[in-house]
Amino acid sequence: MSKSSNPRILLPILGLLTSLLAPPVLAGEEINVYSARKEDLIKPLLDTFSQQTGITVNLATGKEEALLQRLQSEGANTPADLLLTSDAGRLAAAQKTGVLQAVQSDTLNKNIPAAYRDPAGYWYGLSVRARPILYAKSRVKPEQLSTYEALAGPQWRGKLCLRSSDSVYNQSLVAGMIAHHGEAKTETWAKGLVANFARPPKGGDRDQIKAVAAGECDLTLTNTYYLGGMIHSSEPADQEAAAQVAVFWPDAKTTGVHVNVSGAGVTAHARHRDHAIKLLEFLASDAAQRWYAETNHEYPVNPAIPPSATLKAWGEFKADTLNVAQLGELNPAAVRLMDRAGWK
Amino acid sequence: MLAMRCDRWTVLVVGLAALLALPVLTVFVTALQPAGAVWRHLADTVLADYVLNSVALMIGVGAGTLLIGVPTAWLTAVCEFPGRRWFEWALLLPMAIPAYIIAYTYTGLLDFAGPVQALLRETFGWSRQDYGFPEIRLLPGAALMLALVLYPYVYLLARAAFLEQSAAMLEVSRSLGAGPWRRFLTVTLPLARPALIAGVTLAQMEALADYGAVQYFGVSTFTTGIFRVWFGMNDAAAAAQLATLLLLFVFTLLVFERLSRRQARFHHTGQRSQRPARLRLQGRWRWLAVGACLIPLLGGFLIPAGQLAIWAWRTAPGMLDQRFLHLAANSLLLAGGTALLILLLAVLLGYGQRLRPHPLVRLAVRSAGLGYAVPGTVIAIGVLLPLAAIDRTVDGWARAWFGGSTGLLLSGTLIALLFAYCARFLPVALHSVEAGLTRIRPSMDDAARALGSTPHAVLWRVHLPVLRGSLLTALLLAFVDVLKELPAALILRPFNFNTLAVRTYELAADERLADSATFALAIVLAGIGPVILLSQTISQARPGHDPLP
Repeated sequence: MSKSSNPRILLPILGLLTSLLAPPVLAGEEINVYSARKEDLIKPLLDTFSQQTGITVNLATGKEEALLQRLQSEGANTPADLLLTSDAGRLAAAQKTGVLQAVQSDTLNKNIPAAYRDPAGYWYGLSVRARPILYAKSRVKPEQLSTYEALAGPQWRGKLCLRSSDSVYNQSLVAGMIAHHGEAKTETWAKGLVANFARPPKGGDRDQIKAVAAGECDLTLTNTYYLGGMIHSSEPADQEAAAQVAVFWPDAKTTGVHVNVSGAGVTAHARHRDHAIKLLEFLASDAAQRWYAETNHEYPVNPAIPPSATLKAWGEFKADTLNVAQLGELNPAAVRLMDRAGWK
Repeated sequence: MLAMRCDRWTVLVVGLAALLALPVLTVFVTALQPAGAVWRHLADTVLADYVLNSVALMIGVGAGTLLIGVPTAWLTAVCEFPGRRWFEWALLLPMAIPAYIIAYTYTGLLDFAGPVQALLRETFGWSRQDYGFPEIRLLPGAALMLALVLYPYVYLLARAAFLEQSAAMLEVSRSLGAGPWRRFLTVTLPLARPALIAGVTLAQMEALADYGAVQYFGVSTFTTGIFRVWFGMNDAAAAAQLATLLLLFVFTLLVFERLSRRQARFHHTGQRSQRPARLRLQGRWRWLAVGACLIPLLGGFLIPAGQLAIWAWRTAPGMLDQRFLHLAANSLLLAGGTALLILLLAVLLGYGQRLRPHPLVRLAVRSAGLGYAVPGTVIAIGVLLPLAAIDRTVDGWARAWFGGSTGLLLSGTLIALLFAYCARFLPVALHSVEAGLTRIRPSMDDAARALGSTPHAVLWRVHLPVLRGSLLTALLLAFVDVLKELPAALILRPFNFNTLAVRTYELAADERLADSATFALAIVLAGIGPVILLSQTISQARPGHDPLP
């Protein structure tokens, strides 16, 4: 081996590496966003915003817990101006740890109903995600269904497919049940659900829909945009599976369907506070709200926006009016409760 | 003069090791804070599950990787059968497939709603109650998935060991009347023991750190428990305590590995030896050998990659654009740069340890290697906290003395990400470098020193050339690992910086498996080149043979 061959290879690679290490050029009008919404589900909107305003949007996506941790440890030096999450509980948690600041805007207050934003303006909901019952059209009649509570009844023994209790959507749902019915009653209910499982919990939301379509079970609980995604999927198998199931909106006469929101808050140490508010207002605007519905089949927070054709086909529903911030507070209790109920 | 030089190496090695152990130490420190009432709750409900499942996963993955890795390594190293040359490198391919990807693809194939069962139902007119089908998404399934993508560690190290065994030793045992089986069991296998144990340890550590596959299969392990306690119950201290418990597991593993090496020395004593003649398999043995090599290759690579290719066939046209090239460039540069850095660190630590075999130095190097078994997210947060503290301190000084802010110097840059990768993947490279170093006789060092070489010169002119195979192995292993890595990249990467793994995850987490296939396949393809190179390095490395013509 020639002694000098290694350094000769090393140098250009190290050079490239150093160029990667150089911090991004911080010039011009810009805003920095931490987003728990996946790139595909937010970048197109941010690009439109950049085109309209000339403000460059720098994006870092990640899991909400991690982004929250990053915000906390960066403290006053954080480059982030806006935190986007896909779960209201996390926004409430972020507010509690002091990484958000309150902002007020007439546009935001006008476009976003009070149940979907923080009263003081620490965070604003931007899209609504509902978690209704999905049933196999060929084996279940909608008349047999009524409420989330009734899913724990003995008539559904071996008929229910659910995701694991690691899923934050299920954690939120149980937190909502605790808020309405108290821990003791919710625990009995959760045990009833577990007794009705057709198989141990596994997979994601789409896997539950596929299991119902294939006849492994008759009922499941999923967020509607997963069904929307399957209806519009490029996979014929997805479309077929989606055609086998229908949406039932439970608790219409009682507390309403469990909903969560994706939303955003301006960070406490934002350097581009005005731009951040401008971006929030843009995300609550008509065009952006319509985009949420048409691209990811989420419900707009703005009630004035007519729902997309896909959403309209599922029918209207009564949403739970519980302030979504409570879901976050009750999340630890919900996780412990599911452990006790044996919900894997 | 000698004493000073001694100090320099000791300080360098201990200092580097301490730096690399920083993320894990941060976890320990967090664990010292009082936790909430979570432990009582865990002990009453799920803790037993975490422990049992983690132990079972370790045993399953250990047994699985040995069962696949050792026979295939021996067959390709020692025997001759149809397709042997081809299997030599192809058996490494499963390494390029991330564990969570193989979990997704097999679920897609074998689940109740998947094509295999649907075909069975259609063909025989069965409905759900009419037939039994093994459920893949349970603990044995998870162990199988992980073993299928992790066995290459055992294969790689075992094969290198088998190849390096001197022909003379086998000749002696043959002349003493030992048959092939007896030679395998009494000479080949015991001599390869350090390599086998090193390979299994790596596979088991990686299995313990896995989150994606076990979570998708609904198997509760320490790792899923850490996430649940931390993010579901908002108790960082209790999560750190769980992580500490996990590390205790790993430490036991490592101590076991050390103990198994302690009594024996494994240097080769022979001079230039003949390349031993390959054992030509005859009749049905030939086809059994082909089958033994083909099955893991099918299960660990061809089937999952085929499924990915089928998905990608439909979705790729929409995904292959400018942005795709950008992602690929990011991934390759990051993996390449990080792998070089990791290699440098591994050589410094490995050689420093050889020069100064002081217990303190050994302990320091050991603790630098703990990160491999820690879930990437935990390491990432272990990196985030100290770096942010340094940034705040520097910023505080700058404000106090110069009246200006320095902002964030480390966190939110690629330095944070590189740091996390080094802390997590160093052990892979270190194992390889150490294994190489133990096979160099200390008398070589002595001879070189006696001829007036400094320790640096010994490293540069004697060890590195001899170690070339081990170094390249270390480099390529680190490269492939970084290429696949997800959780740390997800947390620590700077603005507007994405990789193939992040993109794959974002689509897969949105349950758009078909869309994610293009990016997953790109990771696999990018990993294949290094894997082939790796295999060639090993087949050329034989004691007493100049690897180059």
